[in-house]
Amino acid sequence: MSDQQHWPMWEVFVRSSRGLSHVHAGSLHAPDATMALRNARDLYTRRNEGTSVWVVPTEAVTASDPDSKGGFFESASGKNYRHATYYEKSEGVPHL
Amino acid sequence: MSSFATVDSATRQTQGDSLTAEDVQGLGAKASEDVAAYAAMLGDDALMLGQRLSWWISRAPEMEEDIALANIALDLTGHTRFLYSYAGTAWDKTEDDLAYFREEEEFRSARLMEQENGDFGQTIARQLIASYYMLGLYTALLDSKDETLAAIAAKAVKEVEYHVDHANQWVLRLGLGTELSKHRIEEGLYYMWPYVDELFEDLELHTRLAEQGIAVLPSSLRAEFDERIKHVLDTAELEIPQTPQAMSGQRTGRFSELRAYILAELQVFARKHPGATW
Repeated sequence: MSDQQHWPMWEVFVRSSRGLSHVHAGSLHAPDATMALRNARDLYTRRNEGTSVWVVPTEAVTASDPDSKGGFFESASGKNYRHATYYEKSEGVPHL
Repeated sequence: MSSFATVDSATRQTQGDSLTAEDVQGLGAKASEDVAAYAAMLGDDALMLGQRLSWWISRAPEMEEDIALANIALDLTGHTRFLYSYAGTAWDKTEDDLAYFREEEEFRSARLMEQENGDFGQTIARQLIASYYMLGLYTALLDSKDETLAAIAAKAVKEVEYHVDHANQWVLRLGLGTELSKHRIEEGLYYMWPYVDELFEDLELHTRLAEQGIAVLPSSLRAEFDERIKHVLDTAELEIPQTPQAMSGQRTGRFSELRAYILAELQVFARKHPGATW
């Protein structure tokens, strides 16, 4: 059993209804893409979620490094001018 | 399974407009003696197979497959609930009465459903045969003149389609996989094949009800079953086992002791603590 190969990992994306985008739901193991889709159906669409499911090999995902969080994301904060918070609402404009 | 981030889904538990066992109980339809016997017989098949499959929970080769088999077992137990609920209307019995308080010889399950799980290959071989049989059966039952049976079939057939797909996918992978996996599925098919004929045997009850357009004659499902199985096995580079058929037990449980062991485990709790709820 020790040399038993484990199934590769897949990331699952579920779209809960038309018009929404696919959202990461979690991950699972499966021997291939077809089975990954079946497993995703069993694991992530049991409560009527989902009109569409994507599976992606985990190894195909390039992720940002959690340890370099500071340098990677921090510089965005403090730059208030990137947010549209300084605009004054014009008078007489309804529904804003 | 760490996160469950789909929008507004984590707590959504709608039944949709699907039929539930409680619906069947509330329909007010009362089955005749024959219809009840027929519904109970179909339920017996689903109960035995579901009970067998549920053994895999915590024992399947991978967690994902564990859940897949458990899902199928739950589907089958659901079909049993529909069918027993309906059958019970004829005898003033609940689904639990029929599942837990009948004796071995009162069940009419086919021996295929009762066969041991063996290894994964053997379980998948049983799934292949059972699922294709049920697919043909419930598809034909959609046209039953008995509205309750037709409604139950409509619910069941969608789930059985998935069971067929699950079995197909695995037969392909085992058949076309390694030498060992091919050997396992071949052995599984060889083990299960002797119990195929019994599934398609017309009993008197079938004939009586089929004349009224209520039941499906099992023999009428055989040709399509053979064709579908052959197609899958051909694709998986497997052969239909050339093995003699087991002597017919006509669903009485004769010539087999397996049913008694399944029931012992299934019924012990309800019998030891009658009326227990949790």
